[in-house]
Amino acid sequence: MKVLKFDRQAIGEWLSKLAEDYDIYAPGESSQGTWQLISDYSQIDIKSGVPEKPVKNFLFPQPETLLTFSTVPDDPDAFKPREPEDSGRKNVIFGVRPCDARSISLNAMPYEKDTYYKANMEKNLIIGLTCNTPCSTCFCTWTGGSPMGTEGCDISLTEIEKDSFVARGVTERGDKLLCLATAASEASDQDIEKLSGLEKDVAISTDITALEETLKSKDMMELYNAPFWKDIAERCVNCGTCTFLCPTCYCFDIQDETLHGRGRRIRCQDSCMFPLFTLHASGHNPRGDKVQRVRNRFMHKLKYFPDRFGSVSCVGCGRCVRDCPVNIDIREVMRQMLTF
Amino acid sequence: MSTLNEKITEEIRSQAERLLSSGEVAAFLGYEAGSLPMTARPFVARKPEDVSRLVWNSFCVLNLSNYLPSLLKSFEPQRRPGEPPPEGPLPKVGVIATGCWSRNIVVQIKENQVDRERVVIVGIPSRGMVSSRKVKDLVNNREILKVIEEDHNLKVSGSDFDQEINRWDVVRDNCLTCVHPDPVIYDILIGNPSGERQVSDRFEQVNDIEAKTHEERWEWFTEAFSACVRCYACRNVCPLCYCPTCFVDDSRPQWVGKSTDQTDTLLFHILRAYHCAGRCTDCGSCESACPVGIPMRLLTKKLNKDVLEMYQSEAGMSLDEPLPLTTYNPADPQGFVLTERSEKGGGKS
Repeated sequence: MKVLKFDRQAIGEWLSKLAEDYDIYAPGESSQGTWQLISDYSQIDIKSGVPEKPVKNFLFPQPETLLTFSTVPDDPDAFKPREPEDSGRKNVIFGVRPCDARSISLNAMPYEKDTYYKANMEKNLIIGLTCNTPCSTCFCTWTGGSPMGTEGCDISLTEIEKDSFVARGVTERGDKLLCLATAASEASDQDIEKLSGLEKDVAISTDITALEETLKSKDMMELYNAPFWKDIAERCVNCGTCTFLCPTCYCFDIQDETLHGRGRRIRCQDSCMFPLFTLHASGHNPRGDKVQRVRNRFMHKLKYFPDRFGSVSCVGCGRCVRDCPVNIDIREVMRQMLTF
Repeated sequence: MSTLNEKITEEIRSQAERLLSSGEVAAFLGYEAGSLPMTARPFVARKPEDVSRLVWNSFCVLNLSNYLPSLLKSFEPQRRPGEPPPEGPLPKVGVIATGCWSRNIVVQIKENQVDRERVVIVGIPSRGMVSSRKVKDLVNNREILKVIEEDHNLKVSGSDFDQEINRWDVVRDNCLTCVHPDPVIYDILIGNPSGERQVSDRFEQVNDIEAKTHEERWEWFTEAFSACVRCYACRNVCPLCYCPTCFVDDSRPQWVGKSTDQTDTLLFHILRAYHCAGRCTDCGSCESACPVGIPMRLLTKKLNKDVLEMYQSEAGMSLDEPLPLTTYNPADPQGFVLTERSEKGGGKS
């Protein structure tokens, strides 16, 4: 795997080169919320911590067209499914934090057989950027991640000193992108030493260890019936902020939309916080109360998912902690579940 | 020396303790400290010993009256639809109310969502709440680790900076233009009423948008609302939104698409705003709750302006005033009604 050294200018030249074949998205000053199609490196604006919106919006486009159809009655192909149009162009997502990048591989577990998700993984190349200054809402190390993590990335960038980056190829296709970086140089032994030094320095200290093992060892029904869900749910307003900003919330709704003789079947992000999420056609709702919905969100991430797939379905990005209007802090919920 | 907010906190705790231990109320709705700087959490104290958790500061941004109907309901025995309410008095709930929150309680009482007899309102004249977004912008979005609130300043610090901010520079837009900071209805008042505030033009932000051309307004609207994730936090923190099923959640029929397609997102925001016409007190909860910083408050502010101009009414100012949009008066202005004549060029009346 390639290890290259870049300065800012070399990154800019490299991205300009990549822009010939890829659409490049990066955090920027955009009213669209974070991820912006860029044509010039100067448009990139990366702050410490995670950007407002998670990288999942590229893996679960909002919405994703699954198929299209005609609704014109005398069209011989009316209501026959057609493949949606695709430009075939791939994306390079630049500046993805390790937590967000890791979410891509965690989500790939339940989506193992989902052709759309696989196609989107294929379509989006991830250039990660490791974290030198973790935020107060960051807790990736609780959940098995690391500020220096490379999981889910094709290339991982680290700023080893101001304006000086080391790029590690993580996958083969990442290496291929690095081959186009003509202005970069091979990283020296000294650079690699600095990189491993950083790995020790930026670790987030925590007293939470073996989160997954402890949660897996708990009795599911005891946790389910725990009295603390009522307290957590009391102030919850049941909005979807946590789920829509969460990189590992992957539930969806499927809708058929038609307009002027054309139709499309779309898949869009859904939220288990909403009563409609579980409403049956009969009118019965198995999660009709707020407390049931709140409990489900945490139980899914922290009990059902690890029981089935091994990891907690949370990467510790802290967006829900930061943006919950009533300050429901998943770290507190984890502690309650761990000590119950 | 304790700060104003510390004194108010103390007073809230002692009133809540008195109300809870005497059994006058079954629960007391207030705020407790959050886990991050600049956050406070709605909190229900149920026992006298819970009251030490109650706090008051400039980050109590969500309108507590939003929780009132469901909290009151939680103390009612369950009954089937159509079954009459039980006889005898039901437990009461204590609640903190600033100017706008108290006006929302008035609206709730008039709309039969809250029974006046069952609430003990602890009024607090508002000094304006702070927008954490404005604070973050002022420190260039650096990571804030600590915020100490003094009466007129915020001491904001992070790992590599310390900054003192004038509190008034970061007060929310709705509070900056508020003219009614005092509670209009209360049983207990904490602090001194500050009287009506003089604001040079409280509809300035609306006027700026009104001055735009149609095209410019559309551009503003589509741009300003483009980051919406349809989380409905704005709706869910709003005390006016209490429909059992919101129009966006109806599936039979489905009125609005589910994706963040522009048409659907904008339709949601326009309809949400219209449902608040004549009822909104500009409490600012919607904007404070929005995770992506959408200025949806300006839509309701525009409607507040129209209702004030056309019906000389402001929501929730008194229990005796009729609700402006559920009362018909032959003299009501009707220029906005689209008729065949107006479409042919009759235009505005």
